[in-house]
Amino acid sequence: MSLFDVAFYVLAFITVGSAIVVVSSRNIIYSAFALLFTFFGVAGLYVLLNADFIAVTQVLIYVGGILVLIIFGVMLTTKVFDVPVKTETLHVGPAIVVTGAIMGTLFGVILKTKWFDILNVQWDGTTKKIGERLMTDFLLPFEVASVVLLVALLGAVIIARRERVKS
Amino acid sequence: MIPLSWYLFLSLILFTIGVLGVLIRRNAIVIFMCIELMLNSVNLALVGFSSYIGNEIGQMLVFFVLVVAAAEVSVGLAIIIAIFRNRLTVNIDEINLLKW
Repeated sequence: MSLFDVAFYVLAFITVGSAIVVVSSRNIIYSAFALLFTFFGVAGLYVLLNADFIAVTQVLIYVGGILVLIIFGVMLTTKVFDVPVKTETLHVGPAIVVTGAIMGTLFGVILKTKWFDILNVQWDGTTKKIGERLMTDFLLPFEVASVVLLVALLGAVIIARRERVKS
Repeated sequence: MIPLSWYLFLSLILFTIGVLGVLIRRNAIVIFMCIELMLNSVNLALVGFSSYIGNEIGQMLVFFVLVVAAAEVSVGLAIIIAIFRNRLTVNIDEINLLKW
């Protein structure tokens, strides 16, 4: 068992374990911080998969942006005295049936399909290739993505802003 | 050498945990976190395919998924904060005004 395999097992364990904590923790703050470890674990797996650009982007956007936003959401929607931080679960039985069906289906698909295990190309950095693709083949989606982000920014500000009382 | 299917199984487990969380948790923000888990699992599968097939288009798709995730979480949290300001709750069982 090489060091590479050990790294995979450790990262997979961290990712799945903290994902379970995200779902099962009664305290919403614990969920948010467990999500941090899930994102870092997935970023580590991207590094193992030779996806350097995506790994850095994962850390920057998910950990630095989305997670901070979620923690702000937790703080803004949890009043210290009235609304408890803890949240309850319900419908566990039907949820497990539905989840089991999804899991069984996907498990069967992965097992039955013949995956290409031979091709594992060693890459020397993907950032240049991704940049070239962004400026040639994917130029239109790239520009549309920027418009989507702009609209989301404006929409979030307008929705979350407190409405001014008209006098 | 880790075969591709192990990454897919890991992605499957993450996705299932996310679906389970969306179904059993009632707090809107925890549901958001579980949606992020599902997006991450799909990203992991895409990067796995991309790396094993030796083609960077899978990673391009991950880039666009990240953009959509950022837009989704910002607008979604704005909606949650607006709802909380009006109803003083983020429990989705109590936010049922539009439910027929």
